[in-house]
Amino acid sequence: MTVSVTTSGSGMSAQRVSRIKAVGGLLRHPAIAFGVMISAAWLVVVLTVHWWAPYDPYESVGERLRSPNGDHWFGTDALGRDVFTRVLYGARQSLPISVAVIACALLIGGLLGAVAGYFGKRVDTVVMRLVDVTMAFPPILLAMAVAAALGPGLRNGFIAMVVVWWPIYARLLRAQVMAMKHKEHVEAAVSIGATRSRILRRHVLPLSFTGVMVNATVDLGQVVLLTASLSFLGLGALPPAPEWGAMITEGAKNFYQWWIALAPGLAMVTVVLGINFLGDGLRDVLDVKVASK
Amino acid sequence: MTGPLLSLSGLTVDFSVGDGVVHAVRGVDLDVNHGEVVGLVGESGSGKSVTMLGLLGLLAPNARVGGSALFDGTEILGLTGKPLRALRGGRIGMIFQDPMTSLNPVLTIGRQLAEAIEAHQPTLTGKRVRARVQELLEMVSIPNAAERIAAYPHELSGGMRQRVVIAMALANEPELLIADEPTTALDVTIQAQILDVLADLRQRTNTAMVIITHDLGLVAGVADRVNVMYAGRVVERAEVDEIFHKHQHPYTAGLLRCLPRLDRRGIDLDPIGGAPPRLDRLPEGCAFAPRCRAAIDECLVRDPMLRMVGASVVACHRAPDAVASLTGAGA
Amino acid sequence: MTGSTSEGVLPGEVQTGSETPLLRVRDLVKSFPVRGGVGRRGKSFVQAVAGVSFDLSRGETLSLVGESGCGKSTTARCVVRILDPTSGSVEFDGIDLNGLSADDLRRSRRRFQMVFQDPQASLNPRMTIGQTLSEPLHIHGVDPAESRDRIRELMSLVQLRDGDLDRYPHQFSGGQRQRIGIVRALVLRPELIALDEPVSALDVSIQAEIIRLLERLRDQFGLAYLFIAHDLSVVRHLSDQVAVMYLGTIVESGSNSDVYDNSAHPYTQALLAAAPIPDPRIERTRPRIVLAGDPPSPINPPTGCRFRTRCWKAQPRCAEEEPVLADPGIGHLVACHYPEASNVITSRPDRPIGGAL
Repeated sequence: MTVSVTTSGSGMSAQRVSRIKAVGGLLRHPAIAFGVMISAAWLVVVLTVHWWAPYDPYESVGERLRSPNGDHWFGTDALGRDVFTRVLYGARQSLPISVAVIACALLIGGLLGAVAGYFGKRVDTVVMRLVDVTMAFPPILLAMAVAAALGPGLRNGFIAMVVVWWPIYARLLRAQVMAMKHKEHVEAAVSIGATRSRILRRHVLPLSFTGVMVNATVDLGQVVLLTASLSFLGLGALPPAPEWGAMITEGAKNFYQWWIALAPGLAMVTVVLGINFLGDGLRDVLDVKVASK
Repeated sequence: MTGPLLSLSGLTVDFSVGDGVVHAVRGVDLDVNHGEVVGLVGESGSGKSVTMLGLLGLLAPNARVGGSALFDGTEILGLTGKPLRALRGGRIGMIFQDPMTSLNPVLTIGRQLAEAIEAHQPTLTGKRVRARVQELLEMVSIPNAAERIAAYPHELSGGMRQRVVIAMALANEPELLIADEPTTALDVTIQAQILDVLADLRQRTNTAMVIITHDLGLVAGVADRVNVMYAGRVVERAEVDEIFHKHQHPYTAGLLRCLPRLDRRGIDLDPIGGAPPRLDRLPEGCAFAPRCRAAIDECLVRDPMLRMVGASVVACHRAPDAVASLTGAGA
Repeated sequence: MTGSTSEGVLPGEVQTGSETPLLRVRDLVKSFPVRGGVGRRGKSFVQAVAGVSFDLSRGETLSLVGESGCGKSTTARCVVRILDPTSGSVEFDGIDLNGLSADDLRRSRRRFQMVFQDPQASLNPRMTIGQTLSEPLHIHGVDPAESRDRIRELMSLVQLRDGDLDRYPHQFSGGQRQRIGIVRALVLRPELIALDEPVSALDVSIQAEIIRLLERLRDQFGLAYLFIAHDLSVVRHLSDQVAVMYLGTIVESGSNSDVYDNSAHPYTQALLAAAPIPDPRIERTRPRIVLAGDPPSPINPPTGCRFRTRCWKAQPRCAEEEPVLADPGIGHLVACHYPEASNVITSRPDRPIGGAL
């Protein structure tokens, strides 16, 4: 009866069956269940808001700057648009773009990091110095610089964020791959005559990604905030798009109408909180598994 | 003194895992006399370590320990808090397989030994403690003991670390030393050194020892008496010579026939075949019956009790004919 | 700089000289960079294998035996080219593997395979057994029908069922996983298999099954084994030739009975005396040799003879002059200035041997 603790980085003995069981068990954990619920709720909003939103997000639907009331739960903004509706539609801006940023950063950074870690030597040096240089800038400053150079707009903001984010995954995956490189199953692949690219594709990458996925989930919340920050600074989504950061900018102009800024702020808090809880849950399932055998 | 130093009767350990219960130890009776070295032998999952961890209260919270364990005539199962701590590291010393699990990596070995002594003898002066630390390190043959006191565990080799662990176990002159695979992680020449240290201690201090191991060769060299465990039970117990030369249990015989020999070439290895039963789904009769070549119908329905046969205490319906019938079948 | 061998007979070498051995290793060296301290410039190196030479004939088993850090595993990995040797040559069936292009080396890998110590770690947990076993065949272009037949045949030889092919490694026991590892090494029909501690992670009863299986497969397929182990009893059981390694060099080598019954190197004698025998009567009367101290670090090996710091026979000469591996007139090779052949396993010593601690 030994209690073994395996980490995804080393053991990778994660068993599908027990993993599914573990997910069920985690849902019983209140914080994680909460995270899953919130994340799922926002996902539903993103997919279905156009069917049931009370108003049109771009149309003036009432008096300007009305405080929250029965018709407008979060009041109206300076143009008389319904803030609640705009916050819901804001999820359609922020969440897909954040997921896309993570996906692109993971693809680019992950690939570069994996190649650097696996082949080492000069490739490694070049990639890792690039990573060091990129990571030397404060993320928001670098994103601002790139976005400013390319001009405002959500597309350029997206590019800026990928530039900021890829080195994180390059580093992570390089470390994972370097640890994986000397595992016996990789040595076994060498000894049967597999080519280096085959080994990387079939024996190294699939086992290196699990830990990185957990990190990516947790990062999603940060990227949501970064997206909003860029828009807040006028470098992301442009008016009249209902984007949370941009809405907060508008709210700042109408300082005494607190609801205009509060509503998107609350939306962000719940999204980030939900994602963080979810990510920690995933970490418990995938990263460090305490299994009794 | 009369009576055994340690006496287990009907010791059980159950683990609740998910929806099931794993019966890791299923009623172990075992005596350790003063000054005696007892070997506890078995393969992984036989319950040999769990038995000893169970009686010392060192198991995970999902374990339930039952039965009785008398140490020097006093029941020790169910002890908690201060009396339990006084026992562990005091009258009973422990050595584990991996020395690093017993050593704190950020304290010098001298500090750790001193703490082990002070925990049980708080009235000793600092000077006396220091003297005792050095004495302990010399007792386990650590060269330059005076200098090594200031060393951290990572500065020592595996063999040296295990010596420190032994010194810690001896800090309070225990009456019983429990060693769980004390040399398994070590190379063979280092193993010889550690066994030498233990043999030397035994001569000087007359400490009783329980050596838990999977290695029958090691047991042959160090133990006075041997208990062979299978699926959570002692299946055979005898003096060491009897275990190796006049064993009565087919499992003991099977284990010995699996061993390649240093001193003989070209022997026929005879694997037991099959695998030990799952401890959450034990067969009805004898746990070894499904793998036993001497099994008869009775073995599949009735679990044998330990009984005296020849010089052994053995749990087998077919003893004393079991082992002879194996040889017959093999020929 | 070490490890020159004598011009004499090497372990396993066929003296008639007509036939080339299957494997011929000469002056093999493998060094690894070690990280220096903070602020230290330049790399230093540790010689894990410091000049090792041996031959292995077809169908024979040569064991490399020694304690952790002696370089036995590294030697095996250099032979099957999981690691590239730093210097020295490895000739397989007369072909120098150093001279091959990357592609030619990959193609020739089907002729020498490896079985690993940890049967769990050596299998990709994300691949079914079927995928793991067909991968080598796919890589070497064996057609699918033939692949299926080969896998089926070998699976039944090692007593695994066809249905097991769809299962994942974690669904098997340790012994079964090691059988799978052995099948993977066999599907390409190699002539040589390097076995790196293939039974040391297994329970005694499972160990015996795997040893028996290895013996059967060797006889059936005429395999040569390069067997790496620390367990001297297992080595005695399985080997034709034995080479004892210490700190990256071979200190004694010869036939099984040469090394076990007539060992002449003090280190071999200490190893043999320390290995337990499962018989209390023998244990009580055997000679004891307890070596002093720990093996020194290979980063900074002793001058002269590498074993001298733990040797009870060491003389000033041992610190100055490295002994070469040569036959001192006992019929096998020993690297010692003061070799004395004796049987330390059973005979009582006529005088106390062994060093103080």
